[in-house]
Amino acid sequence: MARELLKGNIAMAEASIRAGVEAYFGYPITPQTELLEWMSLRMPELGRAFLQAESEVAAINMVYGAACTGKRVMSSSSSPGVSLMMEGLSYIAGTEVPVVLIDVVRGGPGLGNIAPSQGDYNQIVHGGGHGDYHAIVLAPASVQEAIDLTVLAFDLAEKYRAICIVLADGNVGQMMEPAELPPMLPLDRPVPDWAVQGAQGRERRILSSIYLKPEDEEVTNIRLLERWQTIEANEVRFKEYYLEDAEIAVIGFGSAGRVAYSAVRAARAEGIRVGLLRPITVSPFPSARIAELASQVRAFLVAEMNTGQMLADVQLAVSGRAPVEFYGRLGGVVPFPDEILTEIQRIAYRPMTMNGDPRRSWLKRLKSQME
Amino acid sequence: MVTTIPYQIVYSRPESFSEVSTHYCPGCTHGIAHRLIAEVLDEMGLREKTIGVAPVGCSVFAYNYFNCDFVEAAHGRAPAMATGIKRVLPDRTVFTYQGDGDLASIGMAEIMHAAARGENITVVFINNAIYGMTGGQMAPTSLPGQKTTSSPRGRDVETTGFPVRMAEILSKLDGVGYSVRRSLHDPKNIRLSKKAIRMAFEVQSRGLGFAIVELLSTCPTNWGMTPKEALHWVEDRMIPVFPLGDYKITSSVAGIRV
Ligand SMILES: Cc1ncc(C[n+]2csc(CCOP(=O)(O)OP(=O)(O)O)c2C)c(N)n1
Ligand code: SF4
Repeated sequence: MARELLKGNIAMAEASIRAGVEAYFGYPITPQTELLEWMSLRMPELGRAFLQAESEVAAINMVYGAACTGKRVMSSSSSPGVSLMMEGLSYIAGTEVPVVLIDVVRGGPGLGNIAPSQGDYNQIVHGGGHGDYHAIVLAPASVQEAIDLTVLAFDLAEKYRAICIVLADGNVGQMMEPAELPPMLPLDRPVPDWAVQGAQGRERRILSSIYLKPEDEEVTNIRLLERWQTIEANEVRFKEYYLEDAEIAVIGFGSAGRVAYSAVRAARAEGIRVGLLRPITVSPFPSARIAELASQVRAFLVAEMNTGQMLADVQLAVSGRAPVEFYGRLGGVVPFPDEILTEIQRIAYRPMTMNGDPRRSWLKRLKSQME
Repeated sequence: MVTTIPYQIVYSRPESFSEVSTHYCPGCTHGIAHRLIAEVLDEMGLREKTIGVAPVGCSVFAYNYFNCDFVEAAHGRAPAMATGIKRVLPDRTVFTYQGDGDLASIGMAEIMHAAARGENITVVFINNAIYGMTGGQMAPTSLPGQKTTSSPRGRDVETTGFPVRMAEILSKLDGVGYSVRRSLHDPKNIRLSKKAIRMAFEVQSRGLGFAIVELLSTCPTNWGMTPKEALHWVEDRMIPVFPLGDYKITSSVAGIRV
């Protein structure tokens, strides 16, 4: 297939179609809406199900129902809409049916704005819905990666009967880049042996998230945890740049990781030995690799478009063995490479201490920069 | 010489009913509604192509009692879940079974929009004027003055509004092919209820839109009555507020003979 100029949202929509999604349920919300609009055009012409639901609450429960039939199904939304989906996501996790969700994150809390943000990292990576479960979370930084990770999301969701979320931000959804779409997959997957499609010639099946006896729920929680541990063992993905001889490791995901990449290259041109680790799976998190780097590098710099949510995961992996500095822009503001370069230079040329919460000193620097 | 006496089975467990006893309280009419649905599925030969959607409420375990595929929805979301199933498996029979808290309170948006879309599903709506499962709180269908654990002085319409009449409300939506209210308080009305349930499944199998049967039902436990008193309460107190009747039968549905 040839490369073509594609907008992120449309690329993720078409990638889902090529990956064999059989039903889409969603509700309009900026900066994700083009995805839904593309589905409204394409799905019916392919004889597949598209429905604009009355709300995100309904959309995710339609997804839940359709997923119980064993079909490939998905939804997409942005932050406020995803908040409304949390109940449904928890039920989906408890019922162990595969579902793909694309979250094109915007500024918040509340109605916030429609600019790119990573403010929902904690909601998506560390929970959201009630109860004890994990979702696989993939974080693209380009249109091509958005396509590839969307396709991967369906495979991972089905492999583990789990929720797989593509955590994009407004940048990834809205930007246009040359990218290549995968070929159209045939819809010839066999019906899974747990799917509910009518009890023709077999025992009836029940799909539910209820385990009334605490002992049964405990067994379920253990099953979910063990499956998660398998995912942690097999599915951690990240990209590394210039880390072989690095003394400073920058860590950033999605758009922030991409901006950090430009900063790292500029710093390398100055002779600073800095590299970048960009998590592709923010859940499961590449903790083991970061722990390894902790004995190689002099310091870490975490760059995010939030107040330091992934920072906590990095700190946990580093476990105090090296200083972890932080730089973030908030509320829908995207950092420039220069801002991160300045941080890299500061770390490279000044002695590092490990005193206190790195967000305090960052906030001081940010505020003086804003004045 | 042995003479065989000809016999005819007049009553047996429907195949669509599982061989387990239900957890419902003595005198609760949930079980009657279940049996009527199971009989209709048998009569129409639908058991093997049916997917039921259970609600959150006393009938949360409905999936244990039907011998067909079943899923269990979040509170109020059964119509959305049923929509998802029906949209990917349009040739299957999909029905929801929902209480009044589930359908007329927390799930109001989902039921209204499923109906407005003319979603080709069947809804059996159990109106017992109370929240059974959580121990007898006020429902949107509780009667004016009705004492519940969350309206201990009786439902005050000044502050909590009036009973919601779903069969009437849904009848106003163009997507609805069939919307009726029946009652389970005596044998005659039980027979009429069954006929309505049959119609609601016929509407689905012919693709004639959204079909709902509202069934006035008892909750002796939380009403604080004996089963017999509860049946009388349905007749004397509920029916005046929730009149039985056909609120919508579209012309294409009217032609169906069952
Ligand atoms: C989101 C959510 N809110 C509240 C509850 C608690 N809850 C369980 S059943 C129920 C009411 C059920 O009443 P109804 O639908 O009338 O059914 P019945 O039990 O009377 O058959 C409530 C409030 C819940 N399970 N989920
Ligand atoms: S609490 Fe009421 S509705 Fe629930 S099973 Fe008992 S009688 Fe029936």
